[in-house]
Amino acid sequence: KQMTVREALNTAIDEEMSADPKVFLMGEEVGEYQGAYKISKGLLDKYGPGRVIDTPITEAGFAGIGVGAAYHGLKPIIEFMTFNFSLQAIDHIINSAAKSNYMSAGQISVPIVFRGPNGAAAGVGAQHSQCFAAWYGACPGLKVLVPYSSEDARGLLKAAIRDPDPVVFLENELLYGQSFPVSEEALDSSFSLPIGKAKIEREGKDVTIVTYARMVDYSLQAAEILAKEGISAEVINLRSIRPLDRSAINASVRKTSRLVTVEEGFPQHGVGAEICMSVIEESFDSLDAPVERIAGADIPMPYAANLERMALPQIDDIIRAAKRTCYRSAPKAAAA
Amino acid sequence: TTVLTIETSVPFIGHRCEPPSRNVETTPKEVLGFFRDMALMRRMEIASDSLYKSKLIRGFCHLYDGQEAVAVGMEAAITRRDCIITAYRDHCIYLGRGGTLFECFSELMGRQSGCSKGKGGSMHFYKKENGFYGGHGIVGAQIPLGCGLAFAQKYSKDETVTFAMYGDGAANQGQLFEALNMAALWDLPAILVCENNHYGMGTAEWRAAKSPAYYKRGDYVPGLKVDGMDVLAVKQACRFAKEHALKNGPIILEMDTYRYHGHSMSDPGSTYRTRDEISGVRQERDAIERVRKLILSHELSTEAELKSIEKEIRGQVDDAIARAKESPMPDPSELFTNVYVKGFGIEVAGADRKEVRGVLP
Repeated sequence: KQMTVREALNTAIDEEMSADPKVFLMGEEVGEYQGAYKISKGLLDKYGPGRVIDTPITEAGFAGIGVGAAYHGLKPIIEFMTFNFSLQAIDHIINSAAKSNYMSAGQISVPIVFRGPNGAAAGVGAQHSQCFAAWYGACPGLKVLVPYSSEDARGLLKAAIRDPDPVVFLENELLYGQSFPVSEEALDSSFSLPIGKAKIEREGKDVTIVTYARMVDYSLQAAEILAKEGISAEVINLRSIRPLDRSAINASVRKTSRLVTVEEGFPQHGVGAEICMSVIEESFDSLDAPVERIAGADIPMPYAANLERMALPQIDDIIRAAKRTCYRSAPKAAAA
Repeated sequence: TTVLTIETSVPFIGHRCEPPSRNVETTPKEVLGFFRDMALMRRMEIASDSLYKSKLIRGFCHLYDGQEAVAVGMEAAITRRDCIITAYRDHCIYLGRGGTLFECFSELMGRQSGCSKGKGGSMHFYKKENGFYGGHGIVGAQIPLGCGLAFAQKYSKDETVTFAMYGDGAANQGQLFEALNMAALWDLPAILVCENNHYGMGTAEWRAAKSPAYYKRGDYVPGLKVDGMDVLAVKQACRFAKEHALKNGPIILEMDTYRYHGHSMSDPGSTYRTRDEISGVRQERDAIERVRKLILSHELSTEAELKSIEKEIRGQVDDAIARAKESPMPDPSELFTNVYVKGFGIEVAGADRKEVRGVLP
């Protein structure tokens, strides 16, 4: 059976709301509008305005209210229309949610999910096109999940809602409409995926490509092309930024001896930088080539289509980097 | 038992509501309890000041002496199923919620026996089983959090309320107005308690607020101005507010109060206000002295008996400090506990990962 990521997220929320009356959904346009991206379609009709709650456009306020409700034992799902707007509320995500269990020595747990689209959409400019995986991934106390496929979306969101800790759940708008095959198992309402475990999307032996979210798609396409040229690439879909599955990454690098990291976010202090350090710490002797990093350009996102394309990783960039790790020459990228 | 009816020091002033009566009913037992509770809080804070100066308390430390009537009067009007959340000036709120002197001093000195096992410090006290949700260090953040507690109370049909406390400094924070708007839209049982001690750190209210009439700042939300140095007025206002909030949604209580200490331990408290102002409040409005006079004028006790209560309190405080001093620091293994409820056994490192490693339980 095929399912879009949008349906996967919608059914995950629906099933968890049905299973646990403490779960509720709150955010801008989640109710009567049916969700800015239609993730919450039908839920208002099914669960009523007491559990599907439209808020004013005041992120600091409703994120704080969500965290307070979680302190009291409810299980809020807070939708940000995009994660760019979560910056209005980041104090509550970090200072009020992530740190409370520690500061209170376990008295105040915070079972909350912050979710919404993250990263670049298409043509929406700098203020609506940023990946926050590295930002939230840098904060102990948070769990940060990054689904790619429909199975990821369903299994990880259900795990996030059931989890007793604060989870930042980073979706991608451009994946919402994409269809993926889903297994019978994944359609079951009891299905969930383990938090903190990466998935080997494609096995290979020559180079490891570690990536997440939409870049998994690009990396798989790159691996397909590399295979035709005799390079066998292993593609790791992280699924979780924090906890980071360091053992899966290192096990793969010890096998292939080469690593390329791929992310949409900015390179400086990014997810790739952390992965590279983890490999240096644990698998330095296995490396046969310098680690390669593919990331978003280190600039605010431009609007014009050609510039935007240059600011984001493309399949060719991934192929080129993989070839460099294998000491194979590849055509140069177009100069800026 | 005898019922006393006492008139509040000044009338309440209402905003979009009919204020409650100035005549407050109480009993001799309650009034004597107020004296004891407030005197205990004051003694605890004075002792904390000494511990800080002898370097047994580290970092930030914000003392509550002067404001005791707010914590004590509020507790007299509500139950432990109602919730309280406050900012960093939290020692006495914690005590009012049933916390112990021993756990308080232990936390201040960073000991394992502290109410947050030494991991929170002065600003992060909690007592969830008695409805106390902290202890928050970011000015204003506790207001939406408190409205969230009220949201959960209404969602769960608990018929209880939340008191979200903040100072006149936080009263200008944007998130207050965001949360209050939603609380009013959804009729949340949230009571915003503005403890107006007239200075946000060293900034006088009139330098920070175009309108320092904080009880009116909710516009469409009712408010009440209360003499926060009069414990009976606080009790009356909190009872009124709880009833109001359960029926009609949020209300703001502005408690006119005063802190005798500086903002925190690094602030002598005398650069932005005069010593005359402080001693004037002590002489004319002090909450404990007001209750002492009430007790004596109604002959509920004698001067000597009150002195002996104060002496007994000093003994309790000294004893708690002595025991706290003997308590061990947290075990190093506590470094890695409570990061998560469910840590999946993830490996985690100290500053040098080759030297210190742990597992998140």
